[in-house]
Amino acid sequence: MPDMDTLFLFGSNPTEGHPIVSLHLKKALANGAKLVVADPRKTWMARRADVWLNLKPGSNIALLNGIIRVILDNGWENAEFISKRTEGLEKLRAKVQEYDLERVEALTGVDRDKIIEAARLYAQAEKSMIVYGLGVTEHQTGTENAMAIANLALVCGHIGRPATGIMALRGQNNVQGASDLGPLPATLPGYQSVTDPQCREKFKKAWGVAIKDKPGLKSVEMLDECTKGNFKGIFILGEDPAQTDPDLVHVRKALESVDFLVVLDIFPTETTKYADVILPGASFAEKDGTFTNGERRVQRIRKAIEPVAGMAEWEVISRISTLMGYPMTYSHPSEIMDEIASLVPIYGGISYDRIEQKGIQWPCPTKDHPGTTTLYTDLFSRPGGLAQFMALDHQGSAEVPDETYPLVLITGRIREHYNNGSMTRRCAGIAEVVPEELVEISSEDAGSLGIAHMDWVKVSSRRGEVQVRAKVTDRSQAGSVFMTFHHQNALTNVLTSEHRDPITGTPEYKACAVRVEKVS
Amino acid sequence: MNELIKMKINGMDVHFPKGKTILEVCRDAGIYIPTLCHDERLKPYGGCRLCLVEIKGRPVPLASCTTPGEAGMEIATESPKLTRLRKTVLELLLSNHPNDCMCCEASGDCSLQEMAYLYGASLDRFQGEQWTLPIREDNPFITFEPNKCIVCGRCTRICNEVVMAGTIDLVNRGFNAIPETAFSKPRSLENCEFCGQCVSTCPTGALTDKKGRGKGRIGDVRKVKTTCSYCGTGCNFYLNVKNGKVVRVTSDLTAPVNKGNLCIKGRYGYDFIHSPERLKTPLIREGEGYREASWDEALTLVASKFNALIKEHGADKVGGFSSSRCSNEENYLLSKWVRCAVGSNNVDNCARV
Repeated sequence: MPDMDTLFLFGSNPTEGHPIVSLHLKKALANGAKLVVADPRKTWMARRADVWLNLKPGSNIALLNGIIRVILDNGWENAEFISKRTEGLEKLRAKVQEYDLERVEALTGVDRDKIIEAARLYAQAEKSMIVYGLGVTEHQTGTENAMAIANLALVCGHIGRPATGIMALRGQNNVQGASDLGPLPATLPGYQSVTDPQCREKFKKAWGVAIKDKPGLKSVEMLDECTKGNFKGIFILGEDPAQTDPDLVHVRKALESVDFLVVLDIFPTETTKYADVILPGASFAEKDGTFTNGERRVQRIRKAIEPVAGMAEWEVISRISTLMGYPMTYSHPSEIMDEIASLVPIYGGISYDRIEQKGIQWPCPTKDHPGTTTLYTDLFSRPGGLAQFMALDHQGSAEVPDETYPLVLITGRIREHYNNGSMTRRCAGIAEVVPEELVEISSEDAGSLGIAHMDWVKVSSRRGEVQVRAKVTDRSQAGSVFMTFHHQNALTNVLTSEHRDPITGTPEYKACAVRVEKVS
Repeated sequence: MNELIKMKINGMDVHFPKGKTILEVCRDAGIYIPTLCHDERLKPYGGCRLCLVEIKGRPVPLASCTTPGEAGMEIATESPKLTRLRKTVLELLLSNHPNDCMCCEASGDCSLQEMAYLYGASLDRFQGEQWTLPIREDNPFITFEPNKCIVCGRCTRICNEVVMAGTIDLVNRGFNAIPETAFSKPRSLENCEFCGQCVSTCPTGALTDKKGRGKGRIGDVRKVKTTCSYCGTGCNFYLNVKNGKVVRVTSDLTAPVNKGNLCIKGRYGYDFIHSPERLKTPLIREGEGYREASWDEALTLVASKFNALIKEHGADKVGGFSSSRCSNEENYLLSKWVRCAVGSNNVDNCARV
């Protein structure tokens, strides 16, 4: 990574969200890499960027189409790569013709000179890398946003070589592993589809139970069914939807409606308030296991102390299952990993003895396979191995500002806290240096609303309101404000909207319309 | 870069890729060279003069950390002359050091102590001026005992070279040089990220983790290597455990992802583990509140209630939410539980949220 020539940071604030990844990026900058940042907020990286594309929230596709158009118009594309490894450029070429710089400027609010310079820095470098974050995916067009980024990388052939490619910074410690290992309604562990009879047969043989051939409900759908009285029992393992999901009023109604709710967590949370039975969890220091990081590296966690409540989650699930008539008799998490390896080809070569010193990156199909550091070096994972360009249109955010709610609320994280804050708020020092939620607002907006730094304000949306203090800062541009969701005393997600990416179900956390008023 | 060349170290042939420093070549070959100002995470500095080696044909010893290895070099890493030079450097450092190892937080984890012992340095060979500066504890995370500082610059370099936070730099000159914040302001989020990188690289007890002070030195703790449970980067570190309590987090310099670097959450976000607010026993709803229950009672209730709901309404009306915070094994088990014990595909994680 330190060898790249241009870094294009898109909708990601790694110095806050992924501080250690940011150190690798900083090293690249120190080695002379050029930096392009697309972000509505003036982040640490945006401040130091060669080009800061200060786009309006929700205008990612328009911006990317504009950049691609500049590249194609100037002949900066990688023609050899396009002809050998992709298909469908003409459709994309036709689409981006609709995005002349005048229109892109109007849609994104970014000056055309900056768009041209960004296109040049990205396209004309030997090795360019795109790092993107939740500013891309947490929109109703999240999937299309990610595809538009892929279009850009493919047009320039900046993929499949060291110090190039697209890197998505994933949020939580084990978001990768939690997707890999099958708590998904349509896939069994290892992304093996429940609609595929061969996969079902394999798991039936191993598990001794026939697998249903229809995908189940997504978490959102389960909650929706709850509110209609159609869903009866939920077991929630270490999650806090009543604080971290969007449109909390709806979520709470669902959790109230379900007949029987079991919540396992290490602390009382907003969600445990709705539980019929609360089970105490074990922290990462209290059990053996593995996490899989954002670069697919499977790494050990180790039991340093006894579980505070006497039992770790793997034992709890095993015992409930056994009591329900389906026995699970593991004596150690390593046995579970051995079972995973026997059923999940991408984890086929993983075992605790192999990752004792250093983790292994999947795919790792066999015991003697070293793991895989770079994907797609020669073929993409499509039939034929060619990547396909996608012609995409600007759609904007589902909820845009109007007279009543004139500002866009962007939500995100800060470095000091983590998600619902249940852990970091209980750490000495961290709670002291960042004790409360603040709404970041530009001096222009603060001035016109008569708000001074650290004044109490009311932030309201169509769904609810919260009271917080205002931080007047040039990190926010006029027209948008920023809040985190780390604090229980100001539940930011009361404000966020119910709109989601229809393909992934990811909520539009990055844009909803709000009003900010001074509280006297 | 990958071309292998050869030099002689202590009479032994060593092959190495071009571009490495003599220090790197020696350490790769398992040959010990003492250092105080060196940290693999930082650029070579050449400040402490402990890594001096003799090179055949060169009139004076050179710092191995800043001298590139060349083909055909003949190096001596130990000699009476080098020992004398290193010992003198150490004795000069000790002349302005509190030498209070018996009470020092870093005892056992201090390069100065280790090398003074190794070279048999005397504590009072040089009598000179001594610092008598007050201890700085102006923030919740980092304690600075300036009198223990050897001005190796590791803290200021990691802050500026690696983190690029610009919190501290060396101020003043000569004897008065010292790492300091701008205008001597207390550390706060205004000027510091509280990543503790400076603490992790300090070779003495000058910079220590305030939260862990007095709770157990390196000889008293068990170090358990693990992976951070906050973001998806996957940093490794050591939990330092004493009497069943996590008292500190320390860097694992061999970690493939983070190489010993950590952020505020990784290094200082551990004490939630022992929070009095942890849930310690199962709770069952009763009326408006909850009552404590044994594991047996709670799990039997959970199992029978789920079984009853499945019997009455069908397996498709029951499901589970899994968590990106839990381990791979636990996520796998929850998926298996929903599919086998419940009998539906209603299982989802929070990745999309």
